[in-house]
Amino acid sequence: MLEVSALSVQFPTRKGTLTAVDGVSFSIGKGEVLGVVGESGAGKSITGLAIIGLLEPPGRIAAGEVRLDGRRIDNLPYEELRRLRGRRIGMVFQDPLTSLNPLYTIGRQLEETILTHLRMDARAARERALSLLREVGIPAPESRYHHYPHQFSGGMRQRVVIALALAAEPELIIADEPTTALDVSIQAQIIALLKHLAKDHGTAVMLITHDMGVIAETAQRVAVMYAGRIVEIGAVKDVIHAPRHPYTVGLMGSIPKIGARKRLTQIDGAMPRLNAIPPGCAFNPRCPRRFARCLEERPPLLPAGGSQAACWLHDAP
Amino acid sequence: MTLLKLEQVSRDFDVSRPWLNRVLEGEQRRFLRAVDRVSLEIRKGETLALVGESGCGKSTVARLIVGLYAPTEGRVQFAGRRMQMIFQDPYASLNPRWRVRDIVAEPIKVLHTSARVDELLVQVGLSPDDGDKYPHEFSGGQRQRISIARALAGEPDFLVCDEPTSALDVSVQAQILNLMTELQARLGLTYLFISHNLAVVSQVADRVGVMYFGRLVELAPAAALFARPRHPYTRMLLDAVPDLSMTGKARTPVAGEVPNPLAPPSGCAFHPRCPHANERCRREVPGVIDDVACHAVAEGRI
Repeated sequence: MLEVSALSVQFPTRKGTLTAVDGVSFSIGKGEVLGVVGESGAGKSITGLAIIGLLEPPGRIAAGEVRLDGRRIDNLPYEELRRLRGRRIGMVFQDPLTSLNPLYTIGRQLEETILTHLRMDARAARERALSLLREVGIPAPESRYHHYPHQFSGGMRQRVVIALALAAEPELIIADEPTTALDVSIQAQIIALLKHLAKDHGTAVMLITHDMGVIAETAQRVAVMYAGRIVEIGAVKDVIHAPRHPYTVGLMGSIPKIGARKRLTQIDGAMPRLNAIPPGCAFNPRCPRRFARCLEERPPLLPAGGSQAACWLHDAP
Repeated sequence: MTLLKLEQVSRDFDVSRPWLNRVLEGEQRRFLRAVDRVSLEIRKGETLALVGESGCGKSTVARLIVGLYAPTEGRVQFAGRRMQMIFQDPYASLNPRWRVRDIVAEPIKVLHTSARVDELLVQVGLSPDDGDKYPHEFSGGQRQRISIARALAGEPDFLVCDEPTSALDVSVQAQILNLMTELQARLGLTYLFISHNLAVVSQVADRVGVMYFGRLVELAPAAALFARPRHPYTRMLLDAVPDLSMTGKARTPVAGEVPNPLAPPSGCAFHPRCPHANERCRREVPGVIDDVACHAVAEGRI
């Protein structure tokens, strides 16, 4: 469904060019949820924005390809890309208020989106809008239809945004931290909703989050990003139970678990800034297992157990 | 020994509309009860955590304790020497125009020696040279270390930490949680730890209080609370935490949301979402019996 190959995103600045995403490749199949996890500044959101062509200038795709259903979409003219967004790719962002217009009722916003992308008359559009609201779990949609975004709670707003993203039955949904601003009980409801969409509609979902727990609950595969690159990618159960990259090992150890209460594994230091990525493996200054080669050569993704890890430890002689 | 005691503490906020509207439209003053008759004790040397979802009143309790708010009813008694607070956002709580040295020294301006500031910086894992830098030169985790150094400057014995790691990445969060545990052991500190993250709470807390809609609905030793939650809301919260071990346990999806505080439900505030609610729960506010505020638990129904 979605194929990203060797995608690089650069930001030219006065002090030189920063590479925010560096040679990232992955694919997402129909009905699959791919989790993209990483700490702030790892490049996960930029990757999502690059795929849908919403990079803020001066950011630009410097290399690589994005294909949707086999067709290249990264070099489309603006108008064509605009039609593609919403029609074939839906988006859900962290803060639902940025995706909703405060001056229009949610019913009107849904109808407008449906009429823009689908051939329908107003009556059918209204029917569809109502059934979308019902599907995402808004109670009493008929009476909520004429309400404005500020009249909804945070969780309900995020449901409205998901309904909007679904309006034109897109093949792919990019969800960037969709549950981060929500309370844990509401988060569980939104996770259940995303899972159900992927399963019942065959929608491919790219789920960007910093929360490994959300990925464990929702995704089949996960890509771990660090300093603009994918350092490990594989089935969620492999990556969680048997992480192969030292960064993923450290990350899993640093997550507190209910009832465990032993000292957390620490990864000392912090992720390098984009203008100070060290030569060789970007993780080498913090890595407990580095050796000479890590300081000089940048490792590509190598087969490691059931997954792939960008680490020289897995370079079979 | 009890270091801090809250007795039936409540706090109301005036959310009335402006005076002219009230006069013209004949409206009454309106009050929102953010904290409702909370009683608890914190013992010397322990970590008590308060958990709950946004708007449950946990941060208001923290502010009542440090005296940023005065209680509307009830009493707060503190038997310790000094208390300090650590805030969630290490970007907003440090003055960007001050050098780190001056930030850390502010609480001890009168008697501060540069050696003491160096000692504090080292204590939180920074170097004495960092004192000459400005906050923007540090990452989020290092800034939270600076906040902790400042909080420790006046040698408090009690720290109120309001979501101290919520703004941090998970690997940095681990560094700060480990640091806080070490400091507690070394300096004999007592913590009140406010968080919405149950896994973080399980990592640091000796006892846990669960808040819902301004009330303390359950209070228990951490191990007991996570192994055998009693209040239906606590059970629901624990059920909603994403399961990292991927056991694929069946989960009952949580229904509903926290009610509107201006239109509180009758009886037990949790009853509209509670699977065990009956007529009595809809009518009567449950009192705290044996550290749980729930009719169903008191009656032995669950």
